[in-house]
Amino acid sequence: MSGEIAVAASSPVDPATPGAAGGGARLRRIVRATLPPVVFSVLFLTAWELYCRWRDVSESALPPPSSVARALADNRSLLADNAWVTVQEILLGLALAVVVGVGLGALIRSSAVVERALYPWLVVSQLVPIPAIAPVFVIWFGFDMRPKVLVVALVSFFPIVVNTVDGLRAADPELIDLLRTLGATRRRIFRVARLPAALPFVFSGLKVATAFSVIGAVFGEWVGASEGLGYLVLILNNQTDTAGVFAVVTLLAVIGIGMFALVSLAERLLLPWYHAPRREGGA
Amino acid sequence: MTDSPKLATEGLCKTYPAGGGQEEVTAVQGVDLRVGAGEFVSLVGPSGCGKSTLFGMLAGLVRPSRGRVLLDGTAPASMLGRIGYMPQRDLLMPWRTVLDNTTLGLETAGMSRRDARARARDAFARFGLAGFEDRWPRSLSGGMRQRAALLRTFLAGRDVMLLDEPFGALDALTRQVMQAWLLEVWESDRKTIVFVTHDVDEAVLLSDTVHVMSGRPGTIRMSLDVDLPRPRTLEVAASGRFRDLRDRILAPLRDEAMAQAGLS
Repeated sequence: MSGEIAVAASSPVDPATPGAAGGGARLRRIVRATLPPVVFSVLFLTAWELYCRWRDVSESALPPPSSVARALADNRSLLADNAWVTVQEILLGLALAVVVGVGLGALIRSSAVVERALYPWLVVSQLVPIPAIAPVFVIWFGFDMRPKVLVVALVSFFPIVVNTVDGLRAADPELIDLLRTLGATRRRIFRVARLPAALPFVFSGLKVATAFSVIGAVFGEWVGASEGLGYLVLILNNQTDTAGVFAVVTLLAVIGIGMFALVSLAERLLLPWYHAPRREGGA
Repeated sequence: MTDSPKLATEGLCKTYPAGGGQEEVTAVQGVDLRVGAGEFVSLVGPSGCGKSTLFGMLAGLVRPSRGRVLLDGTAPASMLGRIGYMPQRDLLMPWRTVLDNTTLGLETAGMSRRDARARARDAFARFGLAGFEDRWPRSLSGGMRQRAALLRTFLAGRDVMLLDEPFGALDALTRQVMQAWLLEVWESDRKTIVFVTHDVDEAVLLSDTVHVMSGRPGTIRMSLDVDLPRPRTLEVAASGRFRDLRDRILAPLRDEAMAQAGLS
């Protein structure tokens, strides 16, 4: 089988190990990725601190980073307890948004009539001001976690639906034809081709949704809550404890970045093919 | 067994109705094909000669305006799921490993993933893909991707396979390696193959019969039996008989191209 030997000889030795250059290169890459944000943050916080001290700005107008840090440290157990409440609301709300978002996306793509009927309502759902609807949720569900979870889901599901709908359109029509010639049913084509092709889009939507979800949780807590970081912001604002407010905002930022990182990690684990190295041309 | 051909068409026509600012187009007109079991048949023709539409009708993706497609002498209600089809692009799914791409036909036919994988694994060496089972298609070269797509088509287990310019996107050298390899694979299990190509040398090298198509509307203008001995190797291209056959196929194609370019 001379042909086979020639074929085998023309194959690449091992293109799947581009990162095999050693630990040194990996370290350099990490440093290159983390150095700019770290340097910028240090410069920014130092400038802020110096400005507050030299101009003798009042603590309630603009607290220096050192005061914010002190507020974080002094109230760490209070902050941690309330942060945990808010994180739960965000996680549950996002989970609900994913289920509803992907489900609605699939429903919308199932027929043109459904798409026309539902799409305007999707947009409408995003035009409802959250401060107007949140109290209604409280009337429906009371003061427990449910209205907050619902607000988080309401602000988060939109980017997920829109991206899911686009994603379900993304499968190559020729691939669909190929599956049809194999005798695949519509249902199987959906599972084998349309859904996997849509997943990267779903994750893009989910990343946008994580940013919205944090704000959603805060809004949700502003209307009738007795715990959570949003509730804490209200209390601290009333006491003009600006350093405390900034401490909460810092924590919310950390939560937001953490959620984003979590979604990115999940994407890397669930869609390993999407980040696999590409090989250009050749035999 | 009857002596009816494995695959045949009778007066196959496809006309796309006018609409959307486009005139009515007859893509394929009155095509009569007869392909015997185990035969390797090629269709060559200029671009836009309706080969894709013809393939679409054979595969069951396009409904003929007139005429019919016969498989083993009878016309099935739908050709979908009856013959293997390999489109021009490999269409490997990036979210499945190479192995799981090749099992697609077996799984669609209801085989469990485990059995399908075992079946496919056994064929990997023969297709020059050994060691690449668990790779993502993205990391494979063009030639390997085409072989994986061919393996997917072979494993679907149909008697008849339609191959639409499978080597069209490959460089000349890879292409030759692939042709030699396809000859070997085909000699060993003698599936019925209908092959579309632009490359006349490729058509002569591989086929038992070459059909030359003319463009707009697509019809079969000339059919030629390739009486070169089998098994063939790439060396056959150096023979006088090969050149003679090639020239006889090229002549009508050249006329067509000249006419299209307004040079006749």
